[in-house]
Amino acid sequence: MWLIMTALAAIITTAVWYVKAPDDKYKLGLLSLFFWGATLMWLVDHVMAYVSEGGEFFEINLDATLLGVAVIILALFVWEIVLLVSDPKRVLKRALKR
Amino acid sequence: MACFLVPMGEAIVTTAVQKVVEKREKRIGEEKTGSAGLKWSQKLSWLNKLLWGGVILLALEHVWHGEVVPWPPFLTATENPANVAPMLHEIATFGVAMAVTVTAIWAIMVKVAERKARAIPEAKVEAVSRG
Repeated sequence: MWLIMTALAAIITTAVWYVKAPDDKYKLGLLSLFFWGATLMWLVDHVMAYVSEGGEFFEINLDATLLGVAVIILALFVWEIVLLVSDPKRVLKRALKR
Repeated sequence: MACFLVPMGEAIVTTAVQKVVEKREKRIGEEKTGSAGLKWSQKLSWLNKLLWGGVILLALEHVWHGEVVPWPPFLTATENPANVAPMLHEIATFGVAMAVTVTAIWAIMVKVAERKARAIPEAKVEAVSRG
């Protein structure tokens, strides 16, 4: 389930990035590449596990769904930290100068 | 079990390489790679973002499943000697496959971007690559 949710997040962030491109003030390119990296790695993991061990390709249950939510929250959290540190709107710099 | 360690190792190396390349590009000036107009530091930053994003999110999944803990020996599989060999096998198969796939997709991405950049006049490439 976390693979589906991460892939969905990757598709949505890429679409939003494309709408805003070439302006990438809010580093949506970073966020979409984060999601794509994880999506690719989990896709490889799922395919290899399915081929070698069999069983269900997607794990669809409450735990897997909560993991998907946690993954998206962590990615957004890391992106926000990067955004606040780089401070493209200079909001923090202006607030600290007061 | 710990498959994300291979992409993490690659990410550490490529991040270091990107820093060196960035310094070299700054020293030389606005040096470009080939005729495409894309800097190597920019291309490597795409790979680093793909790798680090995957590593961070996969690390969370491993913590969630109890395969990684925040205290030594960090990998729970190493607590039982019988689990060490399967763990190393998983690192060598799943981990390497993940790193190779992400790098291959990045290589295709770079090729497509270079081809597109070559089709754009020089002045336009400058403006986009700065963004």
